Amino acid sequence: MSMKHTPCEILQILSRDARTTPEAIATLTGKTVEEVKAAIARYEAEGVIKRYATVIDWEKAGVEEVTAFIDVRVVPARDVGFDAIAARIARYPQVQSVWLVSGGSDLRVAVQAPNLKELANFVAEKLATIDGVNGTVTHFLLRRYKEDHSFYLEDANDERLVVAP
Amino acid sequence: MVDLKPMSVTASELPVSGIRRFFDVAAQMQDVISLGVGEPDFFTPWSIREAAIYSLERGQTTYTSNHGLLELRREIVRHIKKLYQVSYKAEDEVLVTVGVSEGLDLAMRTLLDPGDEVLVPEPCYVSYKPCVTLAGGKPIGVETTAAENFRITPAALEKHLTPRTKAILLGYPSNPTGATMPAAQMQEIVDFAVKHGLYLISDEIYDRLTYDGQHTCVAALKGARERTILLNGFSKAYAMTGWRVGYVCAPRELVSVMTRIHSYTMLCAPTLGQKAALEALKTGESEVVEMVAQYGQRRRLIVDGLNKIGLKCHMPEGAFYAFPSVASTGLSSEEFAERLLFQEKVAVVPGTAFGAGGEGHIRCSYATAIDKIEAALGRMKTFVDSLAVKVG
Repeated sequence: MSMKHTPCEILQILSRDARTTPEAIATLTGKTVEEVKAAIARYEAEGVIKRYATVIDWEKAGVEEVTAFIDVRVVPARDVGFDAIAARIARYPQVQSVWLVSGGSDLRVAVQAPNLKELANFVAEKLATIDGVNGTVTHFLLRRYKEDHSFYLEDANDERLVVAP
Repeated sequence: MVDLKPMSVTASELPVSGIRRFFDVAAQMQDVISLGVGEPDFFTPWSIREAAIYSLERGQTTYTSNHGLLELRREIVRHIKKLYQVSYKAEDEVLVTVGVSEGLDLAMRTLLDPGDEVLVPEPCYVSYKPCVTLAGGKPIGVETTAAENFRITPAALEKHLTPRTKAILLGYPSNPTGATMPAAQMQEIVDFAVKHGLYLISDEIYDRLTYDGQHTCVAALKGARERTILLNGFSKAYAMTGWRVGYVCAPRELVSVMTRIHSYTMLCAPTLGQKAALEALKTGESEVVEMVAQYGQRRRLIVDGLNKIGLKCHMPEGAFYAFPSVASTGLSSEEFAERLLFQEKVAVVPGTAFGAGGEGHIRCSYATAIDKIEAALGRMKTFVDSLAVKVG
Protein backbone atom coordinates (compact mmCIF):
# COMPACT_ATOMS: atom_id res chain seq x y z
CA MET A 1 0.00 0.00 0.00
CA SER A 2 1.54 3.27 -0.99
CA MET A 3 -1.26 5.74 -1.11
CA LYS A 4 -0.66 9.40 -0.56
CA HIS A 5 -3.19 11.43 1.33
CA THR A 6 -4.56 13.25 -1.66
CA PRO A 7 -8.17 14.15 -2.22
CA CYS A 8 -7.83 12.63 -5.68
CA GLU A 9 -8.69 8.96 -5.88
CA ILE A 10 -7.69 8.80 -9.54
CA LEU A 11 -4.09 9.69 -8.71
CA GLN A 12 -4.06 7.17 -5.89
CA ILE A 13 -5.22 4.41 -8.20
CA LEU A 14 -2.73 5.32 -10.97
CA SER A 15 0.14 5.54 -8.51
CA ARG A 16 -0.68 1.96 -7.47
CA ASP A 17 -1.06 0.65 -11.03
CA ALA A 18 -0.42 2.95 -13.98
CA ARG A 19 -2.07 0.49 -16.34
CA THR A 20 -5.51 0.81 -14.72
CA THR A 21 -7.81 1.77 -17.59
CA PRO A 22 -10.11 4.81 -17.46
CA GLU A 23 -13.02 2.36 -17.56
CA ALA A 24 -11.74 0.49 -14.50
CA ILE A 25 -11.01 3.73 -12.66
CA ALA A 26 -14.56 4.88 -13.41
CA THR A 27 -15.91 1.70 -11.81
CA LEU A 28 -13.67 2.01 -8.77
CA THR A 29 -14.51 5.64 -8.11
CA GLY A 30 -18.13 5.86 -9.24
CA LYS A 31 -17.26 8.55 -11.79
CA THR A 32 -18.08 8.41 -15.52
CA VAL A 33 -15.43 7.30 -18.01
CA GLU A 34 -15.51 10.77 -19.57
CA GLU A 35 -14.87 12.45 -16.21
CA VAL A 36 -11.93 10.14 -15.56
CA LYS A 37 -10.42 10.70 -19.01
CA ALA A 38 -10.80 14.47 -18.68
CA ALA A 39 -9.18 14.47 -15.25
CA ILE A 40 -6.24 12.37 -16.45
CA ALA A 41 -5.75 14.62 -19.50
CA ARG A 42 -5.73 17.63 -17.19
CA TYR A 43 -3.19 16.03 -14.84
CA GLU A 44 -0.96 15.18 -17.78
CA ALA A 45 -1.22 18.69 -19.24
CA GLU A 46 -0.49 20.32 -15.91
CA GLY A 47 2.44 18.01 -15.22
CA VAL A 48 0.82 16.57 -12.10
CA ILE A 49 1.32 13.22 -13.79
CA LYS A 50 4.96 13.42 -14.90
CA ARG A 51 5.16 10.08 -16.68
CA TYR A 52 4.12 6.44 -16.51
CA ALA A 53 6.87 4.05 -15.52
CA THR A 54 7.35 0.42 -14.57
CA VAL A 55 8.99 -0.68 -11.35
CA ILE A 56 11.58 -3.30 -12.25
CA ASP A 57 13.70 -5.49 -10.04
CA TRP A 58 16.83 -5.23 -12.23
CA GLU A 59 18.73 -7.71 -10.17
CA LYS A 60 16.06 -10.32 -10.83
CA ALA A 61 16.16 -9.38 -14.50
CA GLY A 62 19.84 -10.33 -14.50
CA VAL A 63 21.12 -6.80 -15.11
CA GLU A 64 24.33 -5.98 -13.28
CA GLU A 65 24.25 -2.50 -11.86
CA VAL A 66 25.92 -0.50 -9.14
CA THR A 67 24.13 2.23 -7.27
CA ALA A 68 25.71 4.81 -5.00
CA PHE A 69 24.44 7.70 -2.94
CA ILE A 70 26.89 10.54 -2.97
CA ASP A 71 26.82 13.35 -0.45
CA VAL A 72 28.20 16.46 -2.10
CA ARG A 73 29.41 19.59 -0.35
CA VAL A 74 28.98 22.63 -2.55
CA VAL A 75 29.90 26.32 -2.51
CA PRO A 76 26.65 28.06 -3.37
CA ALA A 77 26.93 30.62 -6.17
CA ARG A 78 25.66 34.19 -6.01
CA ASP A 79 22.08 34.64 -7.32
CA VAL A 80 21.48 30.98 -8.15
CA GLY A 81 22.42 29.34 -4.82
CA PHE A 82 22.68 25.59 -5.26
CA ASP A 83 20.50 25.42 -8.35
CA ALA A 84 23.19 25.90 -11.01
CA ILE A 85 25.45 23.16 -9.69
CA ALA A 86 22.51 20.86 -9.00
CA ALA A 87 21.39 21.28 -12.62
CA ARG A 88 24.90 20.53 -13.94
CA ILE A 89 25.02 17.34 -11.93
CA ALA A 90 21.48 16.31 -12.81
CA ARG A 91 22.16 16.41 -16.57
CA TYR A 92 24.44 13.38 -16.44
CA PRO A 93 22.47 10.31 -17.53
CA GLN A 94 24.11 8.23 -14.81
CA VAL A 95 22.47 10.43 -12.22
CA GLN A 96 19.16 9.00 -11.08
CA SER A 97 18.19 11.64 -8.52
CA VAL A 98 19.51 14.89 -7.08
CA TRP A 99 18.17 16.38 -3.90
CA LEU A 100 19.14 19.41 -1.81
CA VAL A 101 19.23 18.19 1.77
CA SER A 102 19.86 19.58 5.22
CA GLY A 103 22.68 18.29 7.43
CA GLY A 104 26.42 17.83 6.91
CA SER A 105 26.32 17.93 3.12
CA ASP A 106 24.33 19.97 0.62
CA LEU A 107 23.35 17.78 -2.31
CA ARG A 108 22.53 14.09 -2.20
CA VAL A 109 23.02 12.42 -5.56
CA ALA A 110 21.96 8.93 -6.54
CA VAL A 111 24.08 7.49 -9.32
CA GLN A 112 23.80 4.26 -11.28
CA ALA A 113 26.48 2.64 -13.40
CA PRO A 114 27.05 -0.80 -14.94
CA ASN A 115 30.01 -1.51 -12.67
CA LEU A 116 32.12 -0.20 -9.83
CA LYS A 117 34.88 1.12 -12.08
CA GLU A 118 32.59 3.28 -14.19
CA LEU A 119 30.91 4.64 -11.11
CA ALA A 120 34.25 5.47 -9.49
CA ASN A 121 35.36 7.19 -12.68
CA PHE A 122 32.21 9.25 -12.79
CA VAL A 123 32.70 10.46 -9.23
CA ALA A 124 36.43 11.14 -9.58
CA GLU A 125 36.46 12.64 -13.06
CA LYS A 126 33.09 14.31 -13.44
CA LEU A 127 31.39 15.00 -10.17
CA ALA A 128 34.33 15.94 -7.95
CA THR A 129 35.86 18.22 -10.57
CA ILE A 130 32.83 20.45 -11.07
CA ASP A 131 33.61 24.03 -10.01
CA GLY A 132 32.08 24.70 -6.66
CA VAL A 133 32.07 21.05 -5.52
CA ASN A 134 34.03 21.02 -2.29
CA GLY A 135 33.99 17.36 -1.43
CA THR A 136 32.12 14.08 -1.86
CA VAL A 137 31.32 11.09 0.33
CA THR A 138 30.18 8.02 -1.58
CA HIS A 139 27.89 5.34 -0.11
CA PHE A 140 27.53 2.21 -2.21
CA LEU A 141 24.20 0.46 -2.13
CA LEU A 142 24.69 -3.06 -0.81
CA ARG A 143 21.18 -4.44 -0.65
CA ARG A 144 17.68 -3.18 -1.44
CA TYR A 145 14.95 -3.88 1.10
CA LYS A 146 12.28 -1.43 0.07
CA GLU A 147 12.22 1.21 -2.62
CA ASP A 148 9.42 3.60 -3.56
CA HIS A 149 6.98 1.58 -1.45
CA SER A 150 7.87 -1.70 -3.17
CA PHE A 151 9.31 -4.43 -0.99
CA TYR A 152 12.32 -6.43 -2.07
CA LEU A 153 11.68 -8.96 0.72
CA GLU A 154 9.76 -12.22 0.71
CA ASP A 155 6.05 -11.45 0.96
CA ALA A 156 4.06 -12.99 3.75
CA ASN A 157 1.24 -15.31 2.67
CA ASP A 158 -2.46 -14.74 3.11
CA GLU A 159 -3.10 -17.12 5.98
CA ARG A 160 -6.74 -16.35 6.51
CA LEU A 161 -9.25 -19.21 6.65
CA VAL A 162 -10.98 -19.76 3.32
CA VAL A 163 -14.37 -19.03 4.84
CA ALA A 164 -14.88 -17.12 8.08
CA PRO A 165 -17.86 -15.48 9.76
CA MET B 1 -22.33 -50.07 34.96
CA VAL B 2 -24.47 -47.00 34.33
CA ASP B 3 -24.53 -45.07 31.03
CA LEU B 4 -22.61 -41.83 30.98
CA LYS B 5 -25.04 -38.95 31.38
CA PRO B 6 -25.76 -36.79 28.33
CA MET B 7 -24.23 -33.41 27.62
CA SER B 8 -26.23 -30.23 28.04
CA VAL B 9 -29.30 -30.28 25.82
CA THR B 10 -29.02 -26.55 25.10
CA ALA B 11 -25.42 -26.88 24.00
CA SER B 12 -25.91 -30.07 22.00
CA GLU B 13 -28.86 -28.65 20.12
CA LEU B 14 -27.03 -25.48 19.17
CA PRO B 15 -27.06 -25.41 15.36
CA VAL B 16 -23.80 -25.68 13.45
CA SER B 17 -23.02 -22.42 11.69
CA GLY B 18 -23.86 -22.53 7.99
CA ILE B 19 -20.46 -20.97 7.38
CA ARG B 20 -18.68 -23.84 9.07
CA ARG B 21 -20.13 -26.38 6.65
CA PHE B 22 -18.81 -24.41 3.69
CA PHE B 23 -15.46 -23.91 5.23
CA ASP B 24 -14.89 -27.64 5.57
CA VAL B 25 -15.54 -28.22 1.87
CA ALA B 26 -13.68 -25.17 0.53
CA ALA B 27 -10.65 -25.75 2.74
CA GLN B 28 -10.02 -29.10 1.03
CA MET B 29 -9.96 -27.64 -2.48
CA GLN B 30 -7.03 -26.22 -4.44
CA ASP B 31 -7.02 -22.95 -6.38
CA VAL B 32 -10.12 -21.56 -4.68
CA ILE B 33 -10.70 -17.81 -4.86
CA SER B 34 -12.43 -16.96 -1.65
CA LEU B 35 -14.98 -14.21 -1.30
CA GLY B 36 -16.01 -15.96 1.89
CA VAL B 37 -13.67 -14.34 4.35
CA GLY B 38 -15.10 -12.08 7.01
CA GLU B 39 -11.88 -10.32 7.88
CA PRO B 40 -9.58 -7.70 6.31
CA ASP B 41 -6.95 -8.86 3.83
CA PHE B 42 -4.58 -6.18 5.12
CA PHE B 43 -2.01 -6.99 7.75
CA THR B 44 -2.24 -5.11 11.02
CA PRO B 45 -0.42 -1.80 10.39
CA TRP B 46 3.26 -2.15 11.18
CA SER B 47 3.34 0.59 13.84
CA ILE B 48 0.80 -1.45 15.82
CA ARG B 49 2.64 -4.73 15.41
CA GLU B 50 5.90 -3.03 16.32
CA ALA B 51 4.38 -1.58 19.49
CA ALA B 52 3.27 -5.07 20.48
CA ILE B 53 6.75 -6.48 19.87
CA TYR B 54 8.22 -3.70 22.00
CA SER B 55 5.76 -4.49 24.76
CA LEU B 56 6.86 -8.14 24.69
CA GLU B 57 10.50 -7.11 24.81
CA ARG B 58 9.78 -5.10 27.93
CA GLY B 59 8.19 -8.16 29.49
CA GLN B 60 4.68 -6.76 29.69
CA THR B 61 3.16 -10.20 29.91
CA THR B 62 1.14 -10.11 33.11
CA TYR B 63 -2.61 -9.77 33.72
CA THR B 64 -4.15 -6.35 33.45
CA SER B 65 -7.01 -5.04 35.57
CA ASN B 66 -10.28 -6.90 34.90
CA HIS B 67 -11.56 -3.75 33.23
CA GLY B 68 -8.55 -3.60 30.94
CA LEU B 69 -5.65 -1.13 30.90
CA LEU B 70 -6.88 2.23 32.20
CA GLU B 71 -4.78 4.02 29.59
CA LEU B 72 -6.53 2.06 26.84
CA ARG B 73 -9.97 2.76 28.34
CA ARG B 74 -9.14 6.47 28.42
CA GLU B 75 -8.17 6.38 24.74
CA ILE B 76 -11.39 4.51 23.92
CA VAL B 77 -13.43 7.16 25.72
CA ARG B 78 -11.63 9.94 23.86
CA HIS B 79 -12.08 8.14 20.55
CA ILE B 80 -15.84 7.56 20.99
CA LYS B 81 -16.36 11.10 22.20
CA LYS B 82 -14.50 12.55 19.25
CA LEU B 83 -16.32 10.45 16.67
CA TYR B 84 -19.84 10.43 18.08
CA GLN B 85 -20.04 13.08 20.82
CA VAL B 86 -21.13 10.57 23.43
CA SER B 87 -19.33 10.47 26.78
CA TYR B 88 -18.39 7.54 28.98
CA LYS B 89 -16.30 7.40 32.11
CA ALA B 90 -13.12 5.41 31.57
CA GLU B 91 -13.09 4.30 35.23
CA ASP B 92 -16.38 2.43 35.37
CA GLU B 93 -18.29 2.64 32.09
CA VAL B 94 -15.83 0.87 29.80
CA LEU B 95 -14.78 -2.77 29.76
CA VAL B 96 -12.08 -4.17 27.48
CA THR B 97 -13.21 -7.56 26.16
CA VAL B 98 -11.87 -10.45 24.12
CA GLY B 99 -13.32 -9.09 20.91
CA VAL B 100 -16.91 -8.04 20.36
CA SER B 101 -17.73 -11.74 20.61
CA GLU B 102 -17.13 -11.73 24.34
CA GLY B 103 -18.90 -8.39 24.75
CA LEU B 104 -21.95 -9.88 23.07
CA ASP B 105 -21.91 -12.92 25.33
CA LEU B 106 -21.51 -10.75 28.44
CA ALA B 107 -24.34 -8.48 27.36
CA MET B 108 -26.70 -11.43 27.00
CA ARG B 109 -25.72 -13.03 30.28
CA THR B 110 -26.09 -9.69 32.03
CA LEU B 111 -29.55 -8.89 30.67
CA LEU B 112 -31.34 -12.19 30.32
CA ASP B 113 -33.23 -14.53 32.60
CA PRO B 114 -34.49 -17.86 31.26
CA GLY B 115 -37.20 -17.29 28.68
CA ASP B 116 -36.46 -13.60 28.08
CA GLU B 117 -36.74 -12.68 24.45
CA VAL B 118 -34.33 -10.68 22.32
CA LEU B 119 -35.41 -9.22 18.99
CA VAL B 120 -32.74 -9.91 16.37
CA PRO B 121 -33.09 -8.27 12.95
CA GLU B 122 -32.07 -10.74 10.26
CA PRO B 123 -30.07 -11.52 8.15
CA CYS B 124 -27.45 -11.07 10.86
CA TYR B 125 -24.05 -12.18 12.08
CA VAL B 126 -23.98 -15.90 12.81
CA SER B 127 -23.30 -15.57 16.56
CA TYR B 128 -26.20 -13.34 17.53
CA LYS B 129 -28.91 -15.95 18.03
CA PRO B 130 -26.68 -18.65 19.59
CA CYS B 131 -25.39 -16.10 22.12
CA VAL B 132 -28.96 -15.34 23.20
CA THR B 133 -29.74 -19.06 23.46
CA LEU B 134 -26.61 -19.84 25.48
CA ALA B 135 -27.56 -17.14 27.98
CA GLY B 136 -30.92 -18.88 28.49
CA GLY B 137 -32.83 -16.39 26.36
CA LYS B 138 -34.99 -16.84 23.33
CA PRO B 139 -33.79 -15.18 20.11
CA ILE B 140 -36.65 -13.85 18.01
CA GLY B 141 -35.60 -13.25 14.41
CA VAL B 142 -37.15 -10.21 12.76
CA GLU B 143 -36.79 -10.44 9.00
CA THR B 144 -35.57 -7.52 6.93
CA THR B 145 -35.52 -7.57 3.15
CA ALA B 146 -33.58 -6.23 0.20
CA ALA B 147 -36.63 -4.15 -0.75
CA GLU B 148 -36.22 -2.09 2.45
CA ASN B 149 -32.41 -2.06 2.16
CA PHE B 150 -32.23 -4.55 5.03
CA ARG B 151 -33.10 -1.82 7.50
CA ILE B 152 -35.15 -2.61 10.58
CA THR B 153 -38.37 -0.71 11.30
CA PRO B 154 -40.46 -0.27 14.48
CA ALA B 155 -43.41 -1.83 12.63
CA ALA B 156 -41.48 -5.05 12.03
CA LEU B 157 -40.29 -5.15 15.65
CA GLU B 158 -43.78 -4.45 16.96
CA LYS B 159 -45.10 -7.65 15.37
CA HIS B 160 -42.77 -9.73 17.53
CA LEU B 161 -43.10 -7.79 20.75
CA THR B 162 -44.28 -9.79 23.78
CA PRO B 163 -44.23 -9.16 27.54
CA ARG B 164 -41.02 -11.21 27.64
CA THR B 165 -39.19 -9.00 25.13
CA LYS B 166 -36.19 -7.50 26.87
CA ALA B 167 -33.80 -6.18 24.28
CA ILE B 168 -33.10 -5.48 20.64
CA LEU B 169 -29.79 -6.65 19.20
CA LEU B 170 -28.61 -4.33 16.44
CA GLY B 171 -25.68 -4.85 14.11
CA TYR B 172 -25.20 -1.92 11.72
CA PRO B 173 -23.27 -1.64 9.44
CA SER B 174 -24.40 -5.19 8.89
CA ASN B 175 -22.53 -8.38 8.31
CA PRO B 176 -23.75 -9.87 5.89
CA THR B 177 -25.84 -7.25 4.09
CA GLY B 178 -23.66 -4.13 4.35
CA ALA B 179 -26.79 -2.21 5.38
CA THR B 180 -26.54 0.87 7.57
CA MET B 181 -29.14 2.83 9.53
CA PRO B 182 -29.40 6.59 8.99
CA ALA B 183 -29.78 8.53 12.24
CA ALA B 184 -33.46 9.36 11.71
CA GLN B 185 -34.40 5.74 11.18
CA MET B 186 -32.29 4.53 14.07
CA GLN B 187 -33.92 7.17 16.29
CA GLU B 188 -37.26 5.49 15.57
CA ILE B 189 -35.84 2.22 16.87
CA VAL B 190 -34.53 3.97 19.99
CA ASP B 191 -37.96 5.58 20.54
CA PHE B 192 -39.54 2.14 20.21
CA ALA B 193 -37.15 0.78 22.84
CA VAL B 194 -37.90 3.71 25.15
CA LYS B 195 -41.63 3.22 24.72
CA HIS B 196 -41.42 -0.44 25.71
CA GLY B 197 -38.64 -0.27 28.30
CA LEU B 198 -36.19 -2.32 26.22
CA TYR B 199 -32.42 -2.47 26.22
CA LEU B 200 -30.43 -1.93 23.06
CA ILE B 201 -27.33 -3.95 22.33
CA SER B 202 -25.48 -2.38 19.44
CA ASP B 203 -22.62 -4.17 17.71
CA GLU B 204 -20.81 -1.40 15.85
CA ILE B 205 -17.62 -3.26 14.88
CA TYR B 206 -17.95 -2.02 11.29
CA ASP B 207 -18.53 1.63 12.26
CA ARG B 208 -15.44 2.96 10.51
CA LEU B 209 -16.21 1.05 7.35
CA THR B 210 -19.04 3.35 6.30
CA TYR B 211 -18.71 4.72 2.80
CA ASP B 212 -21.29 7.24 1.67
CA GLY B 213 -22.87 8.59 4.82
CA GLN B 214 -22.02 9.02 8.49
CA HIS B 215 -22.13 6.07 10.85
CA THR B 216 -24.97 6.30 13.36
CA CYS B 217 -23.73 5.52 16.85
CA VAL B 218 -26.81 4.24 18.66
CA ALA B 219 -25.69 5.47 22.09
CA ALA B 220 -25.43 9.03 20.77
CA LEU B 221 -29.14 9.20 19.91
CA LYS B 222 -31.70 10.86 22.15
CA GLY B 223 -32.87 8.59 24.95
CA ALA B 224 -30.47 5.80 24.00
CA ARG B 225 -27.43 6.06 26.25
CA GLU B 226 -29.05 4.84 29.49
CA ARG B 227 -30.34 1.64 27.81
CA THR B 228 -27.58 0.90 25.33
CA ILE B 229 -24.73 -1.55 25.52
CA LEU B 230 -22.33 -0.34 22.86
CA LEU B 231 -20.02 -3.04 21.51
CA ASN B 232 -17.02 -2.26 19.38
CA GLY B 233 -13.43 -3.35 18.83
CA PHE B 234 -10.32 -3.21 16.71
CA SER B 235 -10.69 -6.19 14.38
CA LYS B 236 -12.13 -4.57 11.29
CA ALA B 237 -11.01 -0.94 11.20
CA TYR B 238 -7.41 -1.72 12.18
CA ALA B 239 -7.19 -5.18 10.59
CA MET B 240 -6.63 -6.76 14.02
CA THR B 241 -8.95 -9.78 14.00
CA GLY B 242 -6.44 -12.21 15.49
CA TRP B 243 -5.54 -9.96 18.42
CA ARG B 244 -8.94 -10.47 20.01
CA VAL B 245 -9.57 -7.07 21.55
CA GLY B 246 -12.93 -5.33 21.79
CA TYR B 247 -14.72 -3.12 24.24
CA VAL B 248 -18.04 -2.39 25.85
CA CYS B 249 -19.32 1.09 26.68
CA ALA B 250 -22.46 1.22 28.81
CA PRO B 251 -23.90 2.80 31.95
CA ARG B 252 -22.06 1.94 35.16
CA GLU B 253 -24.67 -0.53 36.51
CA LEU B 254 -24.44 -2.65 33.39
CA VAL B 255 -20.66 -2.51 33.06
CA SER B 256 -20.32 -3.43 36.72
CA VAL B 257 -22.25 -6.70 36.26
CA MET B 258 -20.59 -7.44 32.92
CA THR B 259 -17.18 -6.95 34.51
CA ARG B 260 -18.09 -9.34 37.33
CA ILE B 261 -18.90 -12.10 34.82
CA HIS B 262 -15.81 -11.22 32.76
CA SER B 263 -13.61 -11.39 35.87
CA TYR B 264 -14.74 -15.00 36.49
CA THR B 265 -14.79 -16.27 32.92
CA MET B 266 -12.02 -14.36 31.16
CA LEU B 267 -10.15 -12.40 33.82
CA CYS B 268 -8.85 -9.91 31.28
CA ALA B 269 -8.34 -9.43 27.58
CA PRO B 270 -4.87 -10.41 26.32
CA THR B 271 -2.31 -7.86 27.52
CA LEU B 272 -0.42 -7.93 24.23
CA GLY B 273 -3.60 -7.20 22.32
CA GLN B 274 -4.46 -4.34 24.66
CA LYS B 275 -1.05 -2.75 24.09
CA ALA B 276 -1.54 -3.10 20.36
CA ALA B 277 -5.03 -1.60 20.60
CA LEU B 278 -3.64 1.37 22.50
CA GLU B 279 -1.16 2.02 19.72
CA ALA B 280 -3.94 1.62 17.14
CA LEU B 281 -5.97 4.41 18.74
CA LYS B 282 -2.94 6.64 19.13
CA THR B 283 -1.40 6.33 15.67
CA GLY B 284 -3.58 4.15 13.45
CA GLU B 285 -5.95 6.72 12.02
CA SER B 286 -4.18 7.43 8.74
CA GLU B 287 -3.97 3.72 7.93
CA VAL B 288 -7.67 3.31 8.72
CA VAL B 289 -8.44 6.06 6.22
CA GLU B 290 -6.29 4.36 3.57
CA MET B 291 -7.86 0.95 4.10
CA VAL B 292 -11.37 2.39 4.00
CA ALA B 293 -10.55 4.17 0.72
CA GLN B 294 -9.44 0.87 -0.78
CA TYR B 295 -12.49 -1.03 0.47
CA GLY B 296 -14.64 1.73 -1.04
CA GLN B 297 -13.09 1.19 -4.48
CA ARG B 298 -13.40 -2.58 -4.30
CA ARG B 299 -17.00 -2.19 -3.22
CA ARG B 300 -17.84 -0.37 -6.45
CA LEU B 301 -15.90 -2.91 -8.50
CA ILE B 302 -17.68 -5.93 -7.05
CA VAL B 303 -21.19 -4.42 -7.07
CA ASP B 304 -20.73 -3.27 -10.66
CA GLY B 305 -19.43 -6.72 -11.65
CA LEU B 306 -22.21 -8.63 -9.90
CA ASN B 307 -24.91 -6.49 -11.49
CA LYS B 308 -23.33 -7.00 -14.93
CA ILE B 309 -23.38 -10.77 -14.42
CA GLY B 310 -27.08 -10.50 -13.67
CA LEU B 311 -26.90 -10.94 -9.90
CA LYS B 312 -28.85 -7.94 -8.68
CA CYS B 313 -26.93 -6.20 -5.97
CA HIS B 314 -27.69 -3.03 -4.02
CA MET B 315 -24.76 -0.76 -3.15
CA PRO B 316 -23.80 -1.69 0.42
CA GLU B 317 -23.22 1.39 2.57
CA GLY B 318 -20.99 -0.22 5.14
CA ALA B 319 -18.85 -3.21 6.22
CA PHE B 320 -17.11 -5.13 3.42
CA TYR B 321 -19.79 -7.41 2.04
CA ALA B 322 -21.87 -7.38 -1.11
CA PHE B 323 -25.11 -9.30 -0.69
CA PRO B 324 -26.45 -9.91 -4.21
CA SER B 325 -29.62 -11.76 -5.09
CA VAL B 326 -29.25 -15.05 -6.95
CA ALA B 327 -32.98 -15.28 -7.62
CA SER B 328 -32.44 -14.69 -11.36
CA THR B 329 -30.62 -18.03 -11.60
CA GLY B 330 -33.51 -20.00 -10.18
CA LEU B 331 -31.16 -21.59 -7.65
CA SER B 332 -31.46 -21.44 -3.88
CA SER B 333 -28.57 -19.68 -2.15
CA GLU B 334 -27.14 -22.98 -0.93
CA GLU B 335 -27.35 -24.59 -4.37
CA PHE B 336 -25.77 -21.54 -5.93
CA ALA B 337 -22.90 -21.38 -3.44
CA GLU B 338 -22.26 -25.11 -3.61
CA ARG B 339 -22.30 -25.40 -7.38
CA LEU B 340 -20.22 -22.24 -7.79
CA LEU B 341 -17.63 -23.73 -5.48
CA PHE B 342 -17.45 -27.07 -7.28
CA GLN B 343 -17.78 -25.77 -10.83
CA GLU B 344 -15.68 -22.59 -10.70
CA LYS B 345 -13.89 -22.75 -7.35
CA VAL B 346 -15.17 -19.49 -5.97
CA ALA B 347 -16.18 -19.56 -2.31
CA VAL B 348 -19.10 -17.39 -1.24
CA VAL B 349 -21.39 -17.87 1.73
CA PRO B 350 -25.08 -18.69 1.18
CA GLY B 351 -27.37 -16.04 2.65
CA THR B 352 -29.27 -18.68 4.60
CA ALA B 353 -26.29 -18.93 6.97
CA PHE B 354 -27.41 -15.55 8.33
CA GLY B 355 -31.04 -16.37 9.07
CA ALA B 356 -34.38 -15.17 7.72
CA GLY B 357 -34.23 -12.86 4.72
CA GLY B 358 -30.98 -14.47 3.60
CA GLU B 359 -32.52 -17.00 1.22
CA GLY B 360 -31.98 -16.01 -2.39
CA HIS B 361 -28.78 -14.11 -1.54
CA ILE B 362 -25.09 -14.85 -1.22
CA ARG B 363 -22.48 -12.97 0.79
CA CYS B 364 -19.39 -11.90 -1.15
CA SER B 365 -16.62 -10.31 0.88
CA TYR B 366 -14.67 -7.56 -0.85
CA ALA B 367 -11.94 -7.63 1.77
CA THR B 368 -10.08 -9.18 -1.14
CA ALA B 369 -7.41 -7.81 -3.48
CA ILE B 370 -8.68 -6.18 -6.68
CA ASP B 371 -7.12 -8.75 -9.03
CA LYS B 372 -8.74 -11.55 -7.03
CA ILE B 373 -12.13 -9.84 -7.12
CA GLU B 374 -11.78 -9.47 -10.89
CA ALA B 375 -10.81 -13.11 -11.31
CA ALA B 376 -13.68 -14.25 -9.09
CA LEU B 377 -16.15 -12.14 -11.05
CA GLY B 378 -14.88 -13.74 -14.27
CA ARG B 379 -15.44 -17.22 -12.88
CA MET B 380 -18.86 -16.28 -11.53
CA LYS B 381 -19.86 -15.00 -14.97
CA THR B 382 -18.84 -18.32 -16.53
CA PHE B 383 -20.92 -20.10 -13.91
CA VAL B 384 -24.02 -17.94 -14.30
CA ASP B 385 -23.77 -18.09 -18.10
CA SER B 386 -23.61 -21.88 -17.95
CA LEU B 387 -26.87 -21.89 -16.00
CA ALA B 388 -28.57 -19.61 -18.52
CA VAL B 389 -27.62 -21.98 -21.35
CA LYS B 390 -29.19 -24.92 -19.57
CA VAL B 391 -32.38 -23.03 -18.80
CA GLY B 392 -32.62 -21.57 -22.34
